Amino acid sequence: MIKYLLVFVAIIGIGYIFLPFVMEFSTPTKLNPLATSYVQGSVNELNMPNVVTAIVVTYRGLDTLGEVTVLFLATAGVGFLLKRKHDMVNHRRKCSEILCTGASLLTPLIVLFGVYIFAHGHLSPGGGFQGGVVIASGFLLLVMANISFHFSHNLIHFSESISGFIYVLLGLAGLVLLGANSFLDPRYLPAGKWLDIVSTGAVPIIYSIIGIKGGSELCSVIDSLQHGGTEL
Amino acid sequence: MPEIFALILLIVISLGAAVYAVFTKKTITALIASGIISLSASIIYLLMAAPDVAMTEATIGAGLTTVVFLYAMKHVKGGEDD
Repeated sequence: MIKYLLVFVAIIGIGYIFLPFVMEFSTPTKLNPLATSYVQGSVNELNMPNVVTAIVVTYRGLDTLGEVTVLFLATAGVGFLLKRKHDMVNHRRKCSEILCTGASLLTPLIVLFGVYIFAHGHLSPGGGFQGGVVIASGFLLLVMANISFHFSHNLIHFSESISGFIYVLLGLAGLVLLGANSFLDPRYLPAGKWLDIVSTGAVPIIYSIIGIKGGSELCSVIDSLQHGGTEL
Repeated sequence: MPEIFALILLIVISLGAAVYAVFTKKTITALIASGIISLSASIIYLLMAAPDVAMTEATIGAGLTTVVFLYAMKHVKGGEDD
């Protein structure tokens, strides 16, 4: 009884802490100066319709690099903790007809949709991380449907390492070609036409690299969770 | 005005799913309920004109997190107790 009372008091306290934010909230009617400069810079300097991608890849590119690093560390932790069992006994039952047929029909389409999301990240909603997760969910369907499906570890680790390396190299190319204060600045490639898929400098390349990296890392997580065991 | 009703409906759905996830006995139904919370949150983001965040929430929150929790349930044996 005293436990529920304490929980109730804690919930009331948290609500009291957040009450001023709710009471003082008013819908802003115009952008603040930072947001104004981001929106104008994304359209005028970078020639990019998707302002979110402009902020994520260009203006806050260093944060995205940190996110990719955090994702890599999480994947490495999962792969380390769930070591692969070598004497794996296959006690899964075969998948049903609906799942097998649906997986063989849908997996290529899902992977293609993921590639579309990260290749069009600078034009339409979405981007590297979302596309990578969609690709990984397509491979998850394949793993669930086929008992004998195994990821090629060499391929996953190679694509993950090479895409992370190319991401840093593309950032350093901005530093070399455009001078100081321009790490991860994509404007060393031509801006191109408005709403063209090959436009806005190096942003499509950077987002495709992020998509490949995120997709291969999440495939590695799924592989560890599917085939790994906790025999530490 | 219909957007307001849709938002209220989605908030009610996610609150109901949250309460159900807390009070249900089986772990797997709690997992499904948390997936429903993520899905309705992604629709709320879409209605509030943030399609990028909605896409992230739908893929990671409703898709991948649920699957990772299901795999974790497979690895943890006898997790029905408190």
